[in-house]
Amino acid sequence: MKKNESLRELLYQLADDNFIHAFRGSEWLGLVPHIEEDVAYSSISQDTMGHAYMFYQLLEDLGEGNLNQIAHGRKPEQFRNAIILEEKNGPGSYLEKPDYDWAFTVVRNLLYSHFKTIQLESLKQSSYEPLSIVSRKIQSEQYYHLMHWETWFTQLMLSTEVARTKMEDAIKRIWKDLGGLISLGNYGDEISANQYIDSEQKLETRFLESIEKVFKKVEFTIDENPGMLRGNGRNGEHTEDLKQAIETLSEVYLSDLEAASW
Amino acid sequence: MPSKTIALKKEIMDILQNVKDPEIKPISIVELGMVEDIEITENTIHVKLLPTFTGCPALDLIKENIKNEVKDALSSLDNKFHVDVKYCYHPPWTTKRISKEGRKKLKKFGIATPSPDHNPGDPWEIECPYCNSTNITMENIFGPAACRSILYCRQCRNPFEAMKPIA
Repeated sequence: MKKNESLRELLYQLADDNFIHAFRGSEWLGLVPHIEEDVAYSSISQDTMGHAYMFYQLLEDLGEGNLNQIAHGRKPEQFRNAIILEEKNGPGSYLEKPDYDWAFTVVRNLLYSHFKTIQLESLKQSSYEPLSIVSRKIQSEQYYHLMHWETWFTQLMLSTEVARTKMEDAIKRIWKDLGGLISLGNYGDEISANQYIDSEQKLETRFLESIEKVFKKVEFTIDENPGMLRGNGRNGEHTEDLKQAIETLSEVYLSDLEAASW
Repeated sequence: MPSKTIALKKEIMDILQNVKDPEIKPISIVELGMVEDIEITENTIHVKLLPTFTGCPALDLIKENIKNEVKDALSSLDNKFHVDVKYCYHPPWTTKRISKEGRKKLKKFGIATPSPDHNPGDPWEIECPYCNSTNITMENIFGPAACRSILYCRQCRNPFEAMKPIA
């Protein structure tokens, strides 16, 4: 194994999760339920892109190459993000007939923000100091994201019957792939043995305990553990949706590699 | 440290007072608490900056403005220093770092700042920057920039912004 390989793997997971999640968020610009949400969600996506930037920066510092090239120049199978984060917001595209699913988005954002909070708490103790410093910085911003999505989640869960049904369906659907977010992939044992982050099992237990409290407030329970229906993104397994995301995200960058500054 | 270096450091800090927040012109990056350290080596001036919010699109602009401002000011002194600006995250930037002067200027601009004594999790007490009333409503925690929220004053009926507490 190359030196620091498990650290690099973890950093790719963190960077790619934030990168792809920020992109799916940005696709909602102008399409969300009301104008205040447009301000909020675009701000959250912008923060999240900033978080991806910091993790890519750590990879650059480890000699993985230029951070823009790392973000835009890799093939889908080299990405380490969780499959649930790459999934499209719904049928259609941003430019043509976007029939995006708000319930799915709110649930995905709530579960991701919740897990990210647990993750950051653990990363703050990371044996790799640059990672713990960056995580502390991200945490101060993430606090507002979690609060925002908990508000949406709670309000929609407790509103009309139609909303409740859509939200519950979304939770059950996302749950089937959520294990891919918690997973640390093939290098998981080395990652936690090196104390870069706590083990997958510990993270999962903490996540389930804390999400249970949120579910309890809206009288919802789910019995199964999060699954990995469509494979493990941490090991480079992905869906067609990731290909579309990377092509769109990187189109401008790849069209002019000589461009002087970004 | 030789007194010459100390004098130069102070001079650079004064120059950085001229580098303003690109969106809030009255306030400088020094007053915002973004300047963590200035280090002078043989031929380079290293400016260590703390970003407010990491996704802030103004960060690169601020970097360039610092380089230009310092180079311009020093060229009159016939100095041959290279200027290097780096963002770092340790210690993290917090709203406590905004200076007293900075707070006054933000208020005059229509932006409230969290109390310097604010701790994470505390209730967030905000005064209207125009009439000082606390009879306000939070319209949106997220605002036109990552660092700000949108509020409304029920007393003087003005919309205003507030810096989000970051601890």
